[in-house]
Amino acid sequence: MEMPAPSASVLSRKDRIVDRLRTVLPHDAVISDISETRAYECDALTAYRCPPLCAVLPANTQEVAAVLKICHEMGVPVVPRGSGTSLAGGALPTADSVILGVAKMNQVIETNYDDRYIKVQTGRTNLSVSGAVESNGFFYAPDPSSQLACAIAGNIAMNSGGAHCLKYGVTTNNLMGVTMVTMDGQIVEIGGAHLDAGGLDLLGLICGSEGQLGVVTEATLRILHKPEGARPVLMGYNSAEVAGQVVSDIIKAGILPVAIEYMDEMLIGVCEEFSGAGYPKCEALLIVEVEGSDAEIDEQLSLIKEIAGKHNPVELREAQSADEAARIWAGRKAAFSAIGKISDYMCLDGTIPVSALPHVLKRIGEMSKEFGLDVGNVFHAGDGNMHPLILYDANKPGDLEICEEFGAEILKLCVEVGGCLTGEHGVGIEKRDLMNVQFDPADLEAQMAVKDVFDPAWLLNAAKVFPLETSQSRRAA
Amino acid sequence: MTPQTEAELADIIAGASGPLRIQGGGTRPIGRSEGETLSTTKMRGITLYEPGALTIVAKAGTPVAEIEAKLAKENQRLAFEPMDHRGLLGTKGEPTIGGVVAGNISGPRRISVGACRDFALGVRFVDGSGTIIKNGGRVMKNVTGYDLVKLMCGSYGTLGVLTEVALKVLPNVEATGCVLLHGLNDTQAIAAMSAALGSPFEATGAAHFPKSMHGDPVTMIRIEGFEKSVAYRADKLRDLLKSFGEATIQIGETDDGYGSEKGWAWVRDVSAFADQPGDVWRISAKPSDAAALAARLDADAVQYDWGGGLIWARMPEGVDAREKLTTFDGHATLVRGSADVPAFHPEPAPLAAITQGLRAKFDPRGILNPGLMT
Repeated sequence: MEMPAPSASVLSRKDRIVDRLRTVLPHDAVISDISETRAYECDALTAYRCPPLCAVLPANTQEVAAVLKICHEMGVPVVPRGSGTSLAGGALPTADSVILGVAKMNQVIETNYDDRYIKVQTGRTNLSVSGAVESNGFFYAPDPSSQLACAIAGNIAMNSGGAHCLKYGVTTNNLMGVTMVTMDGQIVEIGGAHLDAGGLDLLGLICGSEGQLGVVTEATLRILHKPEGARPVLMGYNSAEVAGQVVSDIIKAGILPVAIEYMDEMLIGVCEEFSGAGYPKCEALLIVEVEGSDAEIDEQLSLIKEIAGKHNPVELREAQSADEAARIWAGRKAAFSAIGKISDYMCLDGTIPVSALPHVLKRIGEMSKEFGLDVGNVFHAGDGNMHPLILYDANKPGDLEICEEFGAEILKLCVEVGGCLTGEHGVGIEKRDLMNVQFDPADLEAQMAVKDVFDPAWLLNAAKVFPLETSQSRRAA
Repeated sequence: MTPQTEAELADIIAGASGPLRIQGGGTRPIGRSEGETLSTTKMRGITLYEPGALTIVAKAGTPVAEIEAKLAKENQRLAFEPMDHRGLLGTKGEPTIGGVVAGNISGPRRISVGACRDFALGVRFVDGSGTIIKNGGRVMKNVTGYDLVKLMCGSYGTLGVLTEVALKVLPNVEATGCVLLHGLNDTQAIAAMSAALGSPFEATGAAHFPKSMHGDPVTMIRIEGFEKSVAYRADKLRDLLKSFGEATIQIGETDDGYGSEKGWAWVRDVSAFADQPGDVWRISAKPSDAAALAARLDADAVQYDWGGGLIWARMPEGVDAREKLTTFDGHATLVRGSADVPAFHPEPAPLAAITQGLRAKFDPRGILNPGLMT
């Protein structure tokens, strides 16, 4: 993955830039020693690394504004960073960039149960947002797999999803307001404790803009009361097509589960080995979870089981206890770690229309043979968000390149069947050069025009999202 | 002008020499705009519907009624429950799906499932230069590039003219129930609605009328789902709300019309103000501020939706509600009226500058509904 050459002018001014940043931040909040900036050289897309010019860790919105003002004046690129869990390289630095980390900003500013929101600094982790309201029976709905570590700042930048968004939506559906600092250091407030911010939907525009329009420092998030209970049912089939049909039939029957998760044969085996979840041996496994009181769950699950039963399942098992429910989920949630134990892998994130599922899985299987790399599939079946995991050997020269080529072909297939390149991870650098597959030049021009408004000099995370040659003239200006 | 195709529309906009007044069915003339009328009503038809994927795609001029009928056949619906403005505004014609998206038009269920913008998956539109642009797609999870779908949703045709929209739909429900509280003042009612909305029982509507259709104060809390579940949750809510008085429960159609679909259409369409004189303001606010804000308005009548988060106020003609509200967390829109004030809430300077910047990019000649939102 190519990155633009760093600006020689910025590199040569490193000392002056660092000195100026130290005039607005405490000494230990500016990290410039090369042995320490290494900690910021990559995110969770670890195949790509580059130490930044320096890293800053502001403690509040005013400090963020002061940093951005200086960088703006001195023409220094800035890469915002949440917790660095991006799988798309969203927080990958360039050598001439200042990493702006929000990790120190992790406070809860306000909780309001009557109006059902929480206001936090965006360095706070996703899980600890729910943690802050849990004792009152509330939770924050979006639940990306990395929720233990990932920051709300990154969730907003990437519009993160999770396993339960079939019912609760993704970040953008749960975000009510932000305090954001634009590249010139101006602080803006959008939305708040009311619904549907007035004027143009700038909140919707900022969510998912991958840190290219501004640095979000505070967020007002919708919180919900937890359901009375939840219970999963597990079903195994010997055909991907049948499993796909079951998903479609459940949805058509008027039941809206909170989650429908799909795992293929390879993932079933690997996860079973890793976590002993009690999965059957079969080609396709579905985990379907519903919520409510015990009686409500019984009613919904009996309907679901009736539908599932019509399609000759290899196994159809409702969790009989909290422990069994936890084990059913443990296997699914461990999918990435389990694969990570046996191989290096690349995790894709394309979304497809649910109806295209059997075709896409079949094509992925064929491509796996063509490219000579194994692939496992785990995904959120209710909304068609796939996560093909391509296995490769990082120590084998050329393997990563083959893996990337394979991945690109899968994503092109997703677009071809009416889907998209990324459902919840973001474009970052990973899918940057595939944007032309999904969008025409006019579509990309309209998006880049938005960045022109927020960041005319293209200093903020500029080497991401758009193909480098497409954004070249703007970045060079 | 009523183009039949997207290409024709693009030609018209590219060749336009003056301002254009963009219109769907023309049933929601909110705010003032001048120019030659450009109607999308001839670009119509459902282009894709996949019930198993919960998605529908339709051309912008497709009547909402046509979409709702198609969905009903598969026992599905537009869950954000778009308001029909015809009664309130005294307009005729067919509301279009493009108009719904352009205005981000939602109803009482917005409080639980989200607004139109939360169900909008993809758009095609023609910008002010006549360029055809697409964004989003037809799948539920999509973070590929910037979300211009949300930017277009609620932009009232000022950034581009929608030609096609893709929407997420949801299954219809087996039963609807309503928990009714009687005689509460506004503050108590909002507290009761907050308690219901903050419970695990999933209220999908929460409205309060200081003067109901029968003249007394009534607070309506809606529950939807499988029949047994609705009965169970209604009971639970009644227990939960005991301190606010004895609640009555209605399930299905009833004589006095509160608990029924009709009752919620009455809430959604603000029918109580339909035949009444005066200006109508729509105020989005923090629910716990709402009662005090409404008191400041000195309105002829108010009603609350979204658990208090949405205030509808009927005011004497020409009175500026914003002046009475002063600064607050939210915004006020003049939906009906001739007051000499902007229909849409003026933005703080930094946001206004961003908005102006976006308009200059998407409509450099300033010909799409000029002045409508400012």
